Amino acid sequence: MADLRPISSLDWRGSEAEPEQDLLLRGARVLDPRTGIDEVRDVVVRGGEIAELAEPGAGEIGEGETIDAEGLSAFPAFFDPHVHLRTPGREDEEDLETGTRAAAAGGFCGILAMANTEPPVDTAGAVAALREEARERAAVPVGFFGCVTRKMQGEELVEMADLADAGAVGFSDDGLPIADARVMRRALQYQHLVGLPIALHEEDPRLSAGGSIHEGVVSAALGIAGIPSVSESTMIARDAQLAGYEGSHIHVQHLSAAESVAAVEAARAAGVAISCEATPHHLTLTDEALRPLDANFKMNPPLRAEADRQALIEGLRAGTIDCIATDHAPHSPDEKEVPIEEAAFGVIGLETAFSVIYTDLVLPGVLDLGLVVERLSGGAEPLGFAPPRIEPGAEANLVLIDTEAEWDAGAEGWESRSSNSCFAGRRLRGRVLMTVAAGRVAYRQRSFALGVAQ
Amino acid sequence: MRHLLSIEDLERADIERILTRASSFSEIGRRDIKKVPTLRGRTIVSLFYEASTRTSSSFELAAKRLSADVVSVKASGSSVEKGESLRDTIATLSAYAPEVIIIRSPYAGAANLVTNWTEASVVNAGDGKHEHPSQALLDAYTLIDRLGSLDGKRIWIVGDVLHSRVARSCARCFIALGAEVTVCGPPTLIPRGIEEALGVRVAHTLDDMGEADVVYALRMQRERMKESFVPSIREYAERYQIDSRRLGSRQLLMHPGPVNRGVELAPDVIDGPASLIVAQVESGLLVRMAILYELLAGREPRGTGSRAREAELAEATPIGEPA
Repeated sequence: MADLRPISSLDWRGSEAEPEQDLLLRGARVLDPRTGIDEVRDVVVRGGEIAELAEPGAGEIGEGETIDAEGLSAFPAFFDPHVHLRTPGREDEEDLETGTRAAAAGGFCGILAMANTEPPVDTAGAVAALREEARERAAVPVGFFGCVTRKMQGEELVEMADLADAGAVGFSDDGLPIADARVMRRALQYQHLVGLPIALHEEDPRLSAGGSIHEGVVSAALGIAGIPSVSESTMIARDAQLAGYEGSHIHVQHLSAAESVAAVEAARAAGVAISCEATPHHLTLTDEALRPLDANFKMNPPLRAEADRQALIEGLRAGTIDCIATDHAPHSPDEKEVPIEEAAFGVIGLETAFSVIYTDLVLPGVLDLGLVVERLSGGAEPLGFAPPRIEPGAEANLVLIDTEAEWDAGAEGWESRSSNSCFAGRRLRGRVLMTVAAGRVAYRQRSFALGVAQ
Repeated sequence: MRHLLSIEDLERADIERILTRASSFSEIGRRDIKKVPTLRGRTIVSLFYEASTRTSSSFELAAKRLSADVVSVKASGSSVEKGESLRDTIATLSAYAPEVIIIRSPYAGAANLVTNWTEASVVNAGDGKHEHPSQALLDAYTLIDRLGSLDGKRIWIVGDVLHSRVARSCARCFIALGAEVTVCGPPTLIPRGIEEALGVRVAHTLDDMGEADVVYALRMQRERMKESFVPSIREYAERYQIDSRRLGSRQLLMHPGPVNRGVELAPDVIDGPASLIVAQVESGLLVRMAILYELLAGREPRGTGSRAREAELAEATPIGEPA
């Protein structure tokens, strides 16, 4: 793999939306597990970089904005390697502007968009067009995956080198598995030429065929065809062996099953270059949530059993799972206000990611806050980007959060164009107030922005 | 009771109340004019997205015996085939201000969804492979009529449990009424986790079926062999067919219909003395009358027009006259 790139190398409207200005966050709790800091500091941002972490009250800027951050927390902003922006083709569900605004509102300073659009992103021209549009419309830096196979059909490789030259950040047929082991192997071989990550949606389509929810007690009770855990874990085992054989790197998307965590652990132990992610919903919910038959809890991979959830939490804690990724997947009401078996897979997740993990896992003492903050940007490095750091000289990528604030998810609407959240209506703790991405303010929460203006 | 969506929603007392009501209706069927005015002026819509003979006709006749007006909408020949969404279809049918919508759908949870979009009471007449509550209630009625009580009775449900909403509803209903239920079939047709999901025992052979007081055979669809659920219908029948050799003299036999003669049941038991299959159909009418009564009796009829029109009519009523 090539050297890590700065988040600012991704495309966004950046300077046009808000001119670069100096910032002083006065008296924030600065927590960055990568640098080891957990102290109250004045954070000085100058020229888009973190200039100084001064003792409380000692920070100074000339021109610029001073924010009273007493009682608030400043973390490295989050990085999501797995979102769906539905552009091109389904702009009724999301577009580059709404999707990246949702990311900014969730505290993300960078996101990577999947290629399963309509049509799929399988040419250099498609990548170039998206990058150009992002430079005009994206509220945070965004990178674009290209497909691994033409039209995502799992048969022929895309022109991977051309797509890489056009600025694709990696390759993924996410939404569909690459069922043919020979095609998978060719892609892994070709990775040595293009030097970009390959992200994999692992699912044996013959084992999962017809399934809508996790195969287990709940699917038996509801009479809905199940998606067995082994449809995921067997494919991870296959692809890990192929990657090991070819000396290639794979990034496994949205782990959901205990067997999958074990498969990744085994691959790591065997020396395979493998990284992986888990979503906030798989970390906090189980298939029990499906009992009321609400399609807003239908996603692929499905919510699984409590033992699976515990295995994911343990995997995240142990470092087997590198990062938290949302798999933000907007869908129109037409695709969700239908019986579960007919409904589309997927949930939105950017705007609730931190709050859900904080409320359900950090506050009850299941996971350490520092670990969560680290994993919420843990997707950067495996996918080729320098993770955000709060230290002098670093590009300013930080999020300001009120960990005491309570809010009702979705009550004030969503920045996303879609509302298919499995957390809608939940009372959550911890609210993102401001996001700084690549040195510029990308988001201010409305009430917080008003407070600043007074 | 506002809706009948699943047996899982019901307490034992709810089930027993409906069955007692059904029993009280049995006398109507022996009259010359088999009709009572109980639900006169009420509108019932029956919306079937799947082929059905006995369930739809049974609900329709039940409604008519209670003097309700019935509109039956079948998936074929209606806007359903033109790709209209369930939500839009319900909105259209709701313009008739029905008091009850009876729905059958190939998808689990369809009836639950419909409750979000209509003021009518909703009856689930089968949703995918999830539940078929009226079938379970009529089966319970049939058994209690014969046995007096299900407490402590052993009931074996045999066949394709995986694809059967009848199995799920019946197991829940029989257990709620005190029975012990065993589901039996080839391992490919018994869903993983069913023991915990329903509180049943699982058997893969008929070897211990002698313990059963009641044997409930499920319909085995011939297409199942194409998906390798069973190697052949011949082998299935050899292992799981209920015939006079396997069925003991004191055991009762049930089947939800329609029967595949020679597959799950041998012809000699279908019409044999142990068979309750015809009694099940008779009970269906009484139990569905009881379900409609349970949902509607005691509730005010709704107007046939819009709410605005209802208000208009109410205003037009002279003061002092009963509205």
